[in-house]
Amino acid sequence: MKKVAVNLLKKEKRTFAHGVHPPECKEATAGRPIRRLAFPPQVIVPLQQHTGVPAVPVVREGQEVVRGEPIAKAGGFVSVPMHAPVTGVVHYIGLGPSPTGAMTPSIFIKAYPGATQEILYGAPREIDRMTPEELVLAVQDTGMVGLGGAAFPTHVKLAVPKGKQVDTLIINGCECEPYLTTDHRVMIERAEDILAGVVVAARAVGAQRVIAGVEDNKPDAVEALKSALTRCPLQTEVIPLPTKYPQGAEKMLTKALLGREVPSGGLPVDIGTVIMNVATLAQIGDLLPKHQGLIERVVTITGPGVLKPGNYLMPLGTPLWFALEYAGFTGKANQVVFGGPMMGMAISSLATPITKGVTGIVAFTEPVGDGAERPVYPCIKCGSCVDACPIHLNPSRLGLLARKGQYQAMEEEFHLNDCFECGCCSFVCPSGIPLVHYFRVAKTANRQRRAREKAAASSGGNS
Amino acid sequence: MAHEQSFLLRTSPHIHAGTAVPVIMRNVVYALLPVCAFSVYVFGLSALVLMLCTTVVCVLTEHVICLSSKKPSSVSDWSAVITGLLLALTLPPGFPLWMACVGSLFSIVVGKAIFGGLGFNLFNPALVGRAFLQAAFPVAITTWTPGCALHRFIEFIPSTLAWPLMSPPSVVEWSKQAVVDGFSGATPLALQKFDHVTTEVPKLFFGMTAGSSGETCAILILLCGAYLVVRKFMNWRIPAAMLLSAFIFSALFYWADPAKYPSPLFTLFSGGLMLGAVFMASDMVASPVTPLGVWIYGALMGFFTVIIRLKGGLPEGVMYAILLGNALSPHIDNLTQPRVYGTSRKRVKP
Repeated sequence: MKKVAVNLLKKEKRTFAHGVHPPECKEATAGRPIRRLAFPPQVIVPLQQHTGVPAVPVVREGQEVVRGEPIAKAGGFVSVPMHAPVTGVVHYIGLGPSPTGAMTPSIFIKAYPGATQEILYGAPREIDRMTPEELVLAVQDTGMVGLGGAAFPTHVKLAVPKGKQVDTLIINGCECEPYLTTDHRVMIERAEDILAGVVVAARAVGAQRVIAGVEDNKPDAVEALKSALTRCPLQTEVIPLPTKYPQGAEKMLTKALLGREVPSGGLPVDIGTVIMNVATLAQIGDLLPKHQGLIERVVTITGPGVLKPGNYLMPLGTPLWFALEYAGFTGKANQVVFGGPMMGMAISSLATPITKGVTGIVAFTEPVGDGAERPVYPCIKCGSCVDACPIHLNPSRLGLLARKGQYQAMEEEFHLNDCFECGCCSFVCPSGIPLVHYFRVAKTANRQRRAREKAAASSGGNS
Repeated sequence: MAHEQSFLLRTSPHIHAGTAVPVIMRNVVYALLPVCAFSVYVFGLSALVLMLCTTVVCVLTEHVICLSSKKPSSVSDWSAVITGLLLALTLPPGFPLWMACVGSLFSIVVGKAIFGGLGFNLFNPALVGRAFLQAAFPVAITTWTPGCALHRFIEFIPSTLAWPLMSPPSVVEWSKQAVVDGFSGATPLALQKFDHVTTEVPKLFFGMTAGSSGETCAILILLCGAYLVVRKFMNWRIPAAMLLSAFIFSALFYWADPAKYPSPLFTLFSGGLMLGAVFMASDMVASPVTPLGVWIYGALMGFFTVIIRLKGGLPEGVMYAILLGNALSPHIDNLTQPRVYGTSRKRVKP
């Protein structure tokens, strides 16, 4: 009895303070197994679909490529190569649409209609005896980035800096964004691959312990992960966490699972942990032994604008129109979001390709929560944002400063740079103030100011 | 399929919890309505007209100011209605209407508009108006009439209809002929302070006393506040802190000299403390936002109330206590910024 009470208390503690509870909207797709999308007639592969330096093309226009073949090499350490998502011919290298709305350098590949689309590129290899350094390079060769949405090159995470010790590998299976169910399905259907990925990642970072955090709205995923991880040689634990947004954020996970806080301006590795998304781990576990590249990913297509919502495995570079059409697009959507509704990006064009960081496509038929016409009232200092911010910032004050253009004060006195733009403050704000948008503007203005100051200082030094 | 289709573009988050400012304000008005209804029941026609008068003047003033400053009218956010109702509820039921109109005008113009409108005012506008009235018309604002008068639904309290810029007629005669058993024209606080007559707590609890038109029934005010708390339109910590601190400090005085000072329960349920704590101290705009700040803010106001009531010259201190608290609120906010995740504030580990 006493033990139960202690456990309950412990469980109670396994979350973070603040956060919000948006409607989950996951029931439309959570029960739908992953299905493969057809191959589109053309794919567009932006050279920069990850955080860091763009990739450099290694193919020329008119060249034939087979599915899985490298078409661009990494542009540096914080960069990853690209692989051909389809067998076909490179017909254009130049500016193409990207999820941000900007035209960016991309490789356009026309798929051969008659091709079998078998993956012909790759050579199985033994990975058990590779050193951590070799593993990091091997992961970079796969072109792997964080598939949870941030698209940060995975090998950079795995390369633990000298002088830093990692004791725990955290598996992130939270998927706290509304509507999205890709991680949920991957945990159920590809738990074996996740296990293989966990073994590789833990060895690369030298972690002795593996903890998985999964939101408790996915009990089936918790079970699947638990049964797979029993075969892991390391000490493992699968912890169901209370369903609360943004539980899947790295900073929230370390707090909930380990009780540690990532220092301001630092990385999880500073507190001895590396966090990997379940889909990323599954892909590493699958691709690394086969020596293949990342050419497809699971994307949830959902929302009131599609008739056949589901979780689709699709080639990277699939244009939005093709994916939507396949999922029964009604043509009535007035807003399409890549990713979830809390942090996702509104898409301007149906020609936009799916990139490595796209977790979902949500087609809204009308502005959710009458968002578009939502009038903006002055801040009434209700404090809802203060009670929602998982970082314990004061968004109300930051918003007032932003309106006055005092961007420097926001950064220096009110910890603007600790904001990771989860959207909780804007979500709850009864005045409808676009707080997160203000903060993005402020951060950009600060970056530009620093660049200007740097330029002025260096030119001053020369003269 | 047409590849060209225009989509709505905006930055995340793309969904919203749904609560909007007018919804909050409207619900505060709903919560005030039972209090108003009780006031009309006890004090009759005069209270009703007083409320209508202040509300209409507040709304009109707000509308005219918005028009004259070429801004869209902010009347639809319902905040001016709250100011009007609250002002009426803090005035004596027989308060001359023309003075109430002046007070309403002052509330909106000086309490709110000159700061920049809703969200920018430093003080609760209704209390600014009341403080002005207290200074301008000290006699009228302390002229109390007994409740439950015989003909209250068909005739006005004589002072209500005083001509503008004229002294209101005396209500002493009227009170005598209108009085009902057990009802006196003096407020419990004044009785206690000047005559050392204590009113029993149950009477205070159910509002069967004289006083400002909306402050008398403690239980009703608490229930209405509870509605706002349940709907999450009010920070319960502020009234809780204010009431708790008033209780504790008055208990200290009572403990030191029970003969001289009233019991803490009397303090809690008498005068405008309940109305002030629940509906005015909790005014979002003029209160701090930090979790620790709201406790300090409430506690300070409770303390000020007790000190002014027991040690000051006035029988009632809630209004000035809240205005003082409002003035301190930005400073409290500054001093109680929460520790940001991943930063250490003071605790530097060796």
